[in-house]
Amino acid sequence: MKKKLIGFMVAAALCLGGAAHAEEGGKLAHQYWPERGVFGKYDMASVQRGFQVYREVCSNCHSLKLMSYRDLKGLGYTDAQVKAVASAYTVQDGPNDEGEMFDRPARPSDRFHSPFANDKAARAANGGALPPDMSLLANARPGGPDYIYGILTGYGTAPADVKMTPGLYWNDTFPGHQIAMPQPLSDGQVTYSNGDAASTQQAARDVAQFLDWASNPHMEARKAMGIKVILFMLFFVGIMRAAKRKVWADVH
Amino acid sequence: MSRPANTQKFDNCLIQWIDERLPIFTMLTKEYGVFPMPKNANYLWSFGGIALTMLIIMIVTGVFLAMNYTPNTALAFDSVQRTMRDVNYGWLLRYVHMNGASFFFIAVYIHIFRGLYYGSYKSPRELLWIVGVVILILMMATAFMGYALPWSQMSGWGATVITSLFSAIPVIGDGLVTWLWGGFSVANPTLNRFFSLHFLLPFVILGVVFIHVWALHVTGSNNPTGVEPKSEKDTLPFHPYFTVKDSYALVTFMTIFLSVVFFAPLALTEPDHFKHFNPMQTPPEIVPEWYFLPFYAILRSFTHDIYIPFTDIIILPAKLQGVMGMFGSLLLLMVLPWLDTSKVKSARYRPVYKWCLLLLLVSLCVLGYVGSQPAGGSLAVVGQVATAYYFLHFIVLVPVLGFVEKTCPVPASISDDPCCKH
Repeated sequence: MKKKLIGFMVAAALCLGGAAHAEEGGKLAHQYWPERGVFGKYDMASVQRGFQVYREVCSNCHSLKLMSYRDLKGLGYTDAQVKAVASAYTVQDGPNDEGEMFDRPARPSDRFHSPFANDKAARAANGGALPPDMSLLANARPGGPDYIYGILTGYGTAPADVKMTPGLYWNDTFPGHQIAMPQPLSDGQVTYSNGDAASTQQAARDVAQFLDWASNPHMEARKAMGIKVILFMLFFVGIMRAAKRKVWADVH
Repeated sequence: MSRPANTQKFDNCLIQWIDERLPIFTMLTKEYGVFPMPKNANYLWSFGGIALTMLIIMIVTGVFLAMNYTPNTALAFDSVQRTMRDVNYGWLLRYVHMNGASFFFIAVYIHIFRGLYYGSYKSPRELLWIVGVVILILMMATAFMGYALPWSQMSGWGATVITSLFSAIPVIGDGLVTWLWGGFSVANPTLNRFFSLHFLLPFVILGVVFIHVWALHVTGSNNPTGVEPKSEKDTLPFHPYFTVKDSYALVTFMTIFLSVVFFAPLALTEPDHFKHFNPMQTPPEIVPEWYFLPFYAILRSFTHDIYIPFTDIIILPAKLQGVMGMFGSLLLLMVLPWLDTSKVKSARYRPVYKWCLLLLLVSLCVLGYVGSQPAGGSLAVVGQVATAYYFLHFIVLVPVLGFVEKTCPVPASISDDPCCKH
C-alpha cells in the first residue's frame, strides 16, 4: 500500500514536472533515419547491431513480448543462427504427462523471453517504475527513433534550480526531465562483432533502428508491394481516363 | 390476377430463363443500364458510389480481421498485434481497414457537402437526405466502437470519454452509463458488446444504404443546376456514361487511398494507440479520430452552466449543453430540408448562400483544428465562435436567406445551362 502511494506520488510529480517543463521537455533533435522516408529501407547492419545492444543491455529490464525468435530471420539471420539465439534462453513449458511444468531451451517459435515474470515483479525490481515493453516503442512515442535516441543520449546533471526526486535521473528528452531509468548506455559498453567498442551515440542509433524494425517488421514488404500496386493503379487510372473520354466524346 | 408482361428480352437464353422467373436482369437494366442521369452531373456525383465501395471494403476486411481478433481485455491488444505480425498479409488487412475508415469518411463528407452545395436535400429528395443523415450517424457509432477494439490507451479512454457523455442526461444519466458499460467502468463487458455491435452495424448500414439508393432511384439524381431534367435531351443513360465516369473517379480515389495504406499507414494514428489500455493512467490529451474532431470541438465549446437568475440552481449544466450541441449539430441536418426556404436549389445561383456555405466549411475546419488541440486557452474562444457560426448558419442564415437573397437567373432546363454547351 505504501509502495503504491509512493508510486502515485512519483507519477504525480512526473505529471507536474511534465507540465512545468513542457516547453523544454520533449524537444527532439530530428535525425535522418533511413527507414522513415516514403521509400526508405532499414539499414540492416545497423538493425543487427541494435539487436545486439537490445540483447546485451535493454533486455535486462525491457521485454519484447510481441516478437518471436523466428522473426529475427527478417534481420537476415539464418535458421541455425535464430535457433542458436533462442536456445540461449530457458522457457517454462508443460504440463508434461506427469502433470509437471518443466524448463526447456527456447525454440524459434517461442516469444522473446521477458526479463520479469509479470509487471509487479518488474516494478519491484525497478524502484516502482515499470520498464515498458519495447515491441511497439518506436510507434508508441512521438518522434519514434528520434525519441529513443534522445532518451538514451539525453542524460546529464540537473540544473541547480531543479529539485530532483530521489531515485530519478535528469534526462533532457524525457517529458518532465525526471526519468526512473538509470543511464543504460555508456561509451564502450557494447563491443560489436568487428571488435569496435560502440560509442553511446552509435549504440543509441543502432538500437533505435532495431526498435523501429521491431515495431514495423513488415515495412519493407509493405513498401515493395506498394510500389507495384501504385504503378498498376496509375496505369489503371490512365485506362479509365481514356475509356471515359472515348465514351463521352459524342456527348459534347 | 394479371401481371404486367415482362417486355424485356435478353439475347442470352439462360439470362432470359432466369429473368422470367426472377427479373433481376430487368431490374439491373432499368436501374443501372438505361437509368436516366442528368448529363451535367459532375465528378462530385461519383462520391456516393465511392462511399458504397468503401463500405464494402470495410465489411470484407473487417470480416477477415474478426477471424483473428479476440474480444477480451487481456487478449485484444495482443491479438491485433498478432494479426499485424504473424498472420499472412494481416498488416495489409488492418492498414486497409483502419485507413479505410478515414477514406470512407472523406468520401461521405464530400458527398454531404455536394448535397449542401447543390441543394440535393430539397423537395423531392427530403427522405433521401434524411436516410443519408441516418447513415452518417450509424457510421459514426460504428467507427467509434471499432476504434475501441484494439484496446489501446486511445481506445479505452476514447470509449470512456464518449460513453460518459450520457451521464449528462438528467435523472437517468448515471444509470444509463452503467448500463452501456455493463459495469462500473469501461471493461470486458464493454469490449464484448462493442465488438458485437461493430460487427452488426455495418450490415445495418448496408440495409439503410439500400433504402437510400432506392429513394434515389425514385426521384433521380440532382445536378449542378438544381433544375430537374425536363426532356430526354437533359439526361444520359447510366450505362455506359456514368459507369465509366464513376469508375474513373473510383480508381483515382483508390489510388490515393492505397498510397496512404502502403506508404503512410500510420499518418493518422496517435502514438497512444500503440499502448495497452491502462484504466489507472489517463493520457495527457485524449484526441478522437480526425473525422470526429469538429463535433468534439462543439462538445467542448460549452463551458458555462446556465443558472436560474439570482439563484444557485443550475438548469443546464455545461456538460449537458455540450452533449446537446454535439448531437444537435447532427440532428439539425435532418430538418434542413424545411429550414431552407429558398426556391432555388443550387448554390451556383445563390450568391450569398454560396459564401455562407464556404464559411461553414471554414468553421468546420477551424473546429477540427480546435478539437485536435488541448482544451482551454484562447483557442477555446475560437472554437466557440466557430460553433456559434455552425448553428447560426443552419438556424438563422439558411431560413432567412430564402426570403432576402437575390438569386441569379436559373436556366429553364439543363440543356439551356451555358455550362453544358461546348
